[in-house]
Amino acid sequence: MGKRVGMEVAIASAEAAALCRFDVAAVYPITPQSHVAEHLSDIVADGRVDASFITVESEHSALSAAMGSEATGARTVTATSSQGLLYMSEVLPITSAMRLPIVMLIANRAVSGPINIWNDHSDIMPMRDTGWISFFADNGQEVVDMTIQAFKVGEDRRVMLPVNVNMDGFQLTHMVEPIIMPDQEEVDHFLPAYVPYAALHPDNIVSMGTLGMPEIYAEAQKAKDVALVNSIKVVREVWKEWEAQFGRKYEPIQTYRTEDAEIALVTMGSMGETAEIAVDELRKQGVKAGLLKIKLWRPFPFDDLKKVVKGIKVLAVTDRACSFGGPGGPVFSEIRSALYDTPKRPKIVNYLIGLGGRDVQVENFMDMVRRAAKGKLSEPYEFYGVRG
Amino acid sequence: MTEKKWPETWQEVNPGCMVFRPGSAKEYHTGSWRAKRPIWDNAKCIKCGVCYIYCPEGCVTENADGFFEANLDYCKGCGICAHECWPVAIKMVNEEE
Amino acid sequence: MLEIRWHGRGGQGAVTSVELLALSAIEEEKYAQGFPSFGPERRGAPVTAFNRVDDKQIKIRSGIYHPDVVVVLDESLVGLVDVAEGLKPTGILLVNTTKTLAELKKNIRFEGRIATCDGTGIAWKELGVPITNTTMLGALVKLTGAVKLESLDSPLKERFGRIAPKNQAAAKRAYEEVRIISQGSK
Repeated sequence: MGKRVGMEVAIASAEAAALCRFDVAAVYPITPQSHVAEHLSDIVADGRVDASFITVESEHSALSAAMGSEATGARTVTATSSQGLLYMSEVLPITSAMRLPIVMLIANRAVSGPINIWNDHSDIMPMRDTGWISFFADNGQEVVDMTIQAFKVGEDRRVMLPVNVNMDGFQLTHMVEPIIMPDQEEVDHFLPAYVPYAALHPDNIVSMGTLGMPEIYAEAQKAKDVALVNSIKVVREVWKEWEAQFGRKYEPIQTYRTEDAEIALVTMGSMGETAEIAVDELRKQGVKAGLLKIKLWRPFPFDDLKKVVKGIKVLAVTDRACSFGGPGGPVFSEIRSALYDTPKRPKIVNYLIGLGGRDVQVENFMDMVRRAAKGKLSEPYEFYGVRG
Repeated sequence: MTEKKWPETWQEVNPGCMVFRPGSAKEYHTGSWRAKRPIWDNAKCIKCGVCYIYCPEGCVTENADGFFEANLDYCKGCGICAHECWPVAIKMVNEEE
Repeated sequence: MLEIRWHGRGGQGAVTSVELLALSAIEEEKYAQGFPSFGPERRGAPVTAFNRVDDKQIKIRSGIYHPDVVVVLDESLVGLVDVAEGLKPTGILLVNTTKTLAELKKNIRFEGRIATCDGTGIAWKELGVPITNTTMLGALVKLTGAVKLESLDSPLKERFGRIAPKNQAAAKRAYEEVRIISQGSK
């Protein structure tokens, strides 16, 4: 039976990985992920998990080493943030192409420049094309649950893809809050030992990380895309199993008071909880407001999106990153694109919020809803609250 | 030379493009790239084995008499063996036809 | 919901205080948050840390701008930093000091309740070091009733092991000795 404890979320994420009995951790520290790296190394040093900790000299080496270890059949975990994620970015598409189900914990942090160590999503957004499954956690409980779910989803023989679990840097990582930590038996029951599709071993004949000529590369890419698209079935299955065993429900897009909503906010990550309060306040004032919280970013939940926006007239999509010179925030542009062919679709506006750790309060969300209610902003996408 | 069957359908590509057949590179006869081939003059050869060591393809082998020859299925004609041969026993000649 | 801001200097354990308070509340089946001011810190630099405590789930994740209580672990911060900024008029300012109200009022513009406790003195006596974070926790608990004093025991034991009893003693003394020196103007 799980135990309700108070724990710093970064520590809890490492504890969750420990419950999954990882074999190898290859991690390089970077603020605000550092507590994850430190605690994973403590766990290994204390012998709490029968594992190796590879002290690499950079994030690029961290993911490269993680790939090497996963390729031998070892359940491997890594973690990073921001510049670290960008530094290892050349390895990300290779990990998914080689179908290695590594789990990466990302403490989302703004990307330089200027240098900023605080929370936003500009680190993970450039990675959305790399073929990884992406979960976004709203709170400490979800961080723990999603870490465990990530191993199960990624290692499923129908998936075989790496998974990243996104938690807001500082906002979640450095927050002590109540979390129900599952116990070892529960996790052992939920997550079986890793049986790899293929593993590098002197007794096994396999070449991994091969060359792909123009004659074969396109087929390989299609195969990877199909795997990622189809993985949503497994995600749903795993989330159903989770709910049955642990009693906590997960959906690709969680709705809050959208049954009769005319205008809805869309969030991803921990700001969603603050947004819930804004929705409550707006409702008290007679505004038919609702909220959509995206938990599964990749594969993109197209069917879920089309279902949950039915009847909504205006969507105020919040993004914590900007695709410079492009169509605005990534979440906004993907939602717009996803709904393009839907005949009855809401007006969609975009606010870029919480950049570089800028605090977003209940009043801000309420203001966004009130202004979005007109269905159009003065600009295609708005840097919310930016002076000038 | 064994013909490679491609493009295979995307469904047939192994996950991760993994290759489970060992030594499949052997089927690729790079000898067809050759413009010149090495010819050994065994009268000059001192059987030192330097040509065998230096061949980047690893296709020079020692025969039953202790002399050396290149496997023409793989020899690309780079000329390194001829360049390194001390007694100048190897000559690079143009590929016929 | 109770919102608390702590002022300290890096190395004085303000972050530990908020952790201990959060853990104690969670022990009591309450909901709590404990978090530092996010950013790099160094020994001696002024830092702030925050708590939220509530009987129901805390959804809000933005910063605390209008705390109900402010705790100042280091009196040298009074005057250096506006420790009462945003403090609700109905709130309490708790300062680790032996100064009088008149002396404090020179550097504080706050018309609400002010409480003091000789945290440093108690810490020197009970702990042998002038680290006042656990001491002032006792004073805070007395003033707010955020948690029961006994609820600090288990987190203190987890955190401090062998020297937990000394910290418990320090907290208990502060609990008993904290005084409200100004009821504030209405």
